[in-house]
Amino acid sequence: MKINFAHHQSAHCENGVVSNLLKHKGYQVSEPMVFGIGSGLFFVYIPFLKVNYAPVISFRPMPGIIFKRFANRVGIKIKRFKFQNEKKAEKALELELKRNNPVGLQVGVYNLTYFPDEYRFHFNAHNLVVYGKEKDTYLISDPVMETTTTLTKKELNRVRFAKGAMSPKGHMYYPIDFPKELKLEKAIVKGIKTVCRDMLAPVPYVGVRGMRTIAKLIRKWPKKKGVKIANHYLGQLVRMQEEIGTGGGGFRFIYGAFLQEASVILNNTKLKELSIEITEIGDLWRDFAVDASRIYKNRSVELDAYNKVADKLMELSYKEEEFYKKLKKSI
Amino acid sequence: MKKSEVPQDKSNLESANFRELCYAIDENGNYTTENSSGWNPKTIALDNAIQVIEERIENAKKRVLNNETSPIEYYMEVHKMDLPILASYVGLWKWRVKRHFKPKVFKKLNNRLLQKYADVFDISIEQLKNIEKN
Repeated sequence: MKINFAHHQSAHCENGVVSNLLKHKGYQVSEPMVFGIGSGLFFVYIPFLKVNYAPVISFRPMPGIIFKRFANRVGIKIKRFKFQNEKKAEKALELELKRNNPVGLQVGVYNLTYFPDEYRFHFNAHNLVVYGKEKDTYLISDPVMETTTTLTKKELNRVRFAKGAMSPKGHMYYPIDFPKELKLEKAIVKGIKTVCRDMLAPVPYVGVRGMRTIAKLIRKWPKKKGVKIANHYLGQLVRMQEEIGTGGGGFRFIYGAFLQEASVILNNTKLKELSIEITEIGDLWRDFAVDASRIYKNRSVELDAYNKVADKLMELSYKEEEFYKKLKKSI
Repeated sequence: MKKSEVPQDKSNLESANFRELCYAIDENGNYTTENSSGWNPKTIALDNAIQVIEERIENAKKRVLNNETSPIEYYMEVHKMDLPILASYVGLWKWRVKRHFKPKVFKKLNNRLLQKYADVFDISIEQLKNIEKN
């Protein structure tokens, strides 16, 4: 069986799955719109947690939150299932496919065979859509891929029951209840307000103040941890900022696209100006990544290079603070 | 980022034959999307991370051959896992898995437990016992 499902590529998996599932139901909502209403722009540093032997720095909130906020704010109801074993999970999935209902699944990345080897690591909050089954092969629409792809029954069970932090436990979901017409105006305002609140939060681990904390740490790393570890940490920071899923510049460009769309819907020219401003900030993030990569490319550099990228990050934090203050006033 | 500036560098994405989606502005200053085949600063960061993992694997291999640790730790590194992830996959307490890293303890493990590890690593018990057979 094969459901007539249109695959659209997106930058980020979570927004992409939501946007694609809604488009299937006839609601035209773009990826940036889902991201903006779900308040996807974020910055957080979690000092006591390590992933890949480096401190956790994230440019997005916890997986699943963007989707939850978006659904709440526009009034869509989502049905979710988790399963104890593979058999039950498989049965439920097939039932939905038979009902001609494409479903979203939360999966682990490590066993996704269609990803390049280098990108397969133990991250359990990836999302994709299953839209059919032919013999023992499932038809997959993974929003970060250019085209649709497939997974065998064994492979799909493996990724649905990946283990470790945030294990999906077969997590399956689909929208069940829609308002007659999606009312985006209020949802957009709410989405923007949450971003401003979070990014301007008065704690040193979140938002612009979190960036300043990291900038200070970058100065200390080479002396305290040695050049090798300092470079590894810096590399991880750049990966979080630029790796598949952010659409470039730590999600700043997707947010720019959202503000531009929002300015039309709310008829607010101020948002269009701010869209240009966040694009410029995104370009600065790209410059930051270029400078950081120069450091870990030539291994033995003078300590001053770390101070320079730290300065850049400081500058970014002040520019962003200005930006969120203006954004807060504009709505 | 302007649409014309979306980087098209060579990267590991090529091996899977796909390009990722980026958001950028066109000549008129409006947002649009463009595919990117890769970006050097990113590739360097990824290569660095892979190198760190490879060093860890090499190190674990040496220690297995010197009888300082069991093959379980070696295969854990090969599969990019750490202790909490491996413990979660085999369904054992972390301290038990850690204990199985001791060559002496590993030698006495029964087949049921060995099979558990072998299944997680997708190999045979023979291969699990002898890393050179991999």
